[in-house]
Amino acid sequence: MFRLEARTSTPAWFNLALPLVAIAATLILCSGLIAIAGAGVIEAYGVMLSASLGDSYAITETLVRAAPMIFTGLAVAIAFRAKFWNIGAEGQLLAGAVASCFVGAIPMPGYLAMLLMALVGAAAGALVALVPATLRVKFKVDDVVSSLLLNSVIYYALMALIEGPWKDTFSGYPISPPIEDSANFPVLVEGTRLHLGVVVALIAAPLCWFLIARTTLGFRIRVTGENPEAARYGGINVQRVLLSTALLSGALAGLAGVGEVGGVHFQVMSDISPGYGYSGIVVAMLARLNPLGVVPAAIFLAAVMTGAEAMSRATGVPAFLSDVIQGTALLAMLVALLFTAYRIRRVGAQT
Amino acid sequence: MAGRPEGGAALPSAVSRIASQGAPLSAPLIEMRGITKSFGAVKANEAVDLSVAPGEILGLLGENGAGKTTLMNVLFGAYAPDAGEILVEGRPIAIHNSADALAAGIGMVHQHFHLAPRLTVLENLLIGIPGKSGRIDRARGLTRLTEISRQYGLSLDPNLPVSTLSVGEQQRLEIIKALFRGAKLLILDEPTAVLAPSEVDGLFAALRSMAAQGLGIIFISHKLNEVRALTHRCVVLRHGKVAGRVDHPASTTSAEMAKLMCGHEIVPPVKQASTPGASVLTLDGISTSAHAGTPLREISLFVRAGEILGIAGVSGNGQRALADVISGMLPPRAGTMMIAGKAVTQFSPRELQALGLGRIPEDRMTTGLVTNLPLADSMVLPRIGTEAFSRKGLLNPAAIRAFAEQQIKAYDIRCPGPMVRAGALSGGNLQKALLARELAFDPKVLIVSQPTRGLDIGAARFIHEKFLAMRAKGCGIIVIGEDLEELLMLSDRIAVMYEGRIAGTLPSADATVARLGLMMTGAEGRA
Repeated sequence: MFRLEARTSTPAWFNLALPLVAIAATLILCSGLIAIAGAGVIEAYGVMLSASLGDSYAITETLVRAAPMIFTGLAVAIAFRAKFWNIGAEGQLLAGAVASCFVGAIPMPGYLAMLLMALVGAAAGALVALVPATLRVKFKVDDVVSSLLLNSVIYYALMALIEGPWKDTFSGYPISPPIEDSANFPVLVEGTRLHLGVVVALIAAPLCWFLIARTTLGFRIRVTGENPEAARYGGINVQRVLLSTALLSGALAGLAGVGEVGGVHFQVMSDISPGYGYSGIVVAMLARLNPLGVVPAAIFLAAVMTGAEAMSRATGVPAFLSDVIQGTALLAMLVALLFTAYRIRRVGAQT
Repeated sequence: MAGRPEGGAALPSAVSRIASQGAPLSAPLIEMRGITKSFGAVKANEAVDLSVAPGEILGLLGENGAGKTTLMNVLFGAYAPDAGEILVEGRPIAIHNSADALAAGIGMVHQHFHLAPRLTVLENLLIGIPGKSGRIDRARGLTRLTEISRQYGLSLDPNLPVSTLSVGEQQRLEIIKALFRGAKLLILDEPTAVLAPSEVDGLFAALRSMAAQGLGIIFISHKLNEVRALTHRCVVLRHGKVAGRVDHPASTTSAEMAKLMCGHEIVPPVKQASTPGASVLTLDGISTSAHAGTPLREISLFVRAGEILGIAGVSGNGQRALADVISGMLPPRAGTMMIAGKAVTQFSPRELQALGLGRIPEDRMTTGLVTNLPLADSMVLPRIGTEAFSRKGLLNPAAIRAFAEQQIKAYDIRCPGPMVRAGALSGGNLQKALLARELAFDPKVLIVSQPTRGLDIGAARFIHEKFLAMRAKGCGIIVIGEDLEELLMLSDRIAVMYEGRIAGTLPSADATVARLGLMMTGAEGRA
């Protein structure tokens, strides 16, 4: 018989080991699906690895995919630190994309356009995140439900825009008009899609870490998340901290949308995000809500996504496997987190 | 007094003494032999022997961390012992979980009750009791309840929802629940901590009646006077081992028992005479709206510089609301509050702290500290935005660490260091940490709730000395408590709360436990 026994302390190396164990468990579990699809497991994973990280072009493609997930991962990590359950990074990303696309379509000098796109996109994401936070602070509305449902509201609002008043008159497709060429983010490596936004995302992670670990706002976010009662007793304005966290989180998710518009698609369409907002939750959990961990976690998921497409072409396993891997990774991580608080004890029969 | 050195064998004399008092002479109801249980490197129990005869009330004494709870958890099946055996009526048995314990006739009343508040008394009794063909056998349950009530003088209305019961009644229900399941041995973990003095008398009468009818009882407590009044025999644990056994608690002094528990003499603190100065905190006609607990109704009180005002009362009579109003957590509906002559009625906790209000909350773990973060974070929490710990929104980690290290040293807080999870500390050390964080900034007024609840004698004494030292420095202190002897020892004046009002205020010199006890039940009006 086995039973769970509470741990008194958690070893430090767990922080690194748990995500790795979770990822290993995920790959092992999903190998069953690959086998069912009739492909060789080693071969399939091998194609995934070489297509996502095998050469320098593959690496840049993976980084381009990782950038939005770094932003949404940071957005979720910071929100979850304060126990503001922001499941709405997807909607905030879309709002950021729409807002920045509007700005980018206005003729002006390129550097100014990029700066304004970032500012307006971040502001749009922040405003969207403020809705569930305000509802929670003022009316005790559950933020999981409200932020999640808001995603659909934003998505259909976006659809209404690009099907109607904002439809690109030249193409006739339900897509927005493109941004000015001068507003396109500069490409850093000739012949790749590696754009400026990727670098901004990589810089944002340590900045967020600094904010959480070294500033008074970060201190208040951590304390509010761990124990709002003690925070209030200690003189922290808990409501204000939650609203600030929401603004910050929404702004980061908004920047994910800005990067997709300015660096990848240059316009807005209905599938501008293949669920980067939701992947941000997986990323944040794999990173154990540590902003520095968000970068490798996002790169892992991005590698799975780019790799899965190549694997699908080479072996015939459906590319949906990447979604399954994501979902399984989240579940495996949640199970792994159990072991920070508990250990498994074998209870033998006593004589 | 037969304070034997560690690990003395169980006493056959106890059984014969009980027999001579008329209880049946038989094998012990429960015998624990050589129980050892380690957690990592810490030996929580080491070669502990303990036995309870039918009809015997055994006191289990010891400071926090002495191993009382671990020992009882072994007996109740929550932990498997590393070594040793448990015998029930002379037969060795294995107890893997609470179901095994109940089957062996062992019942436990925990400090925190395990009741379903929306169900009735009878329904709570029947939880987990299989009825006929999947249905609940109410009639049989009612019969058993009536029998138990009559037999031991434990009466309760079977149809009342548990949420309407007082704390004392809920405890009675827990005891009935154990008896209902056929307990022959009842373990009570600090049962009097939540009771008013009059309720304690009722509990003791019931326990004596149960013992007289052949049940065995293990009574865990810190309160030496209660152990002396109730138990037939005591086992004292210290550092996981048996530090001594007391054969005649009634004729042993509290000081002797305290020495066994701590390993050294305990000298009560000396309260110097002091002349109180001007009022530092005044409440005038404070009322609150509905609150988790009893709301306040026109509370007026004051505390002067260099004075300790005790607030006595049965828990749930508005003490929580009073502490919340004073610490700025609960804005009052009416009335005014002043600190040193300045009206502060609608001030936030932070604004009150800035004016020199120190607070120690009733609930250290939920209100005081952030258990999942480093201890240092909790220690600087109220002053994180000040120059001492941050500048322009950036934390000063070195200053935070240095402050925590300095206080850990000054208050002898036992912990691996300032970066340890606060939740890993024991209750006494947490309370010292909270005290340190408030006293480090020389408060003019201090509001503390239940300052020594759950602490052992040594830690409690340390806290008392700090309060008296603050009083000598001119701090005005309000101590909200349920331990009347503690309040009498510390306070200059004692106010009694009853149903959200101040039932009366007495100078400590005129107050006695008996008189305060009467006022606490609303029997005596304004003095």
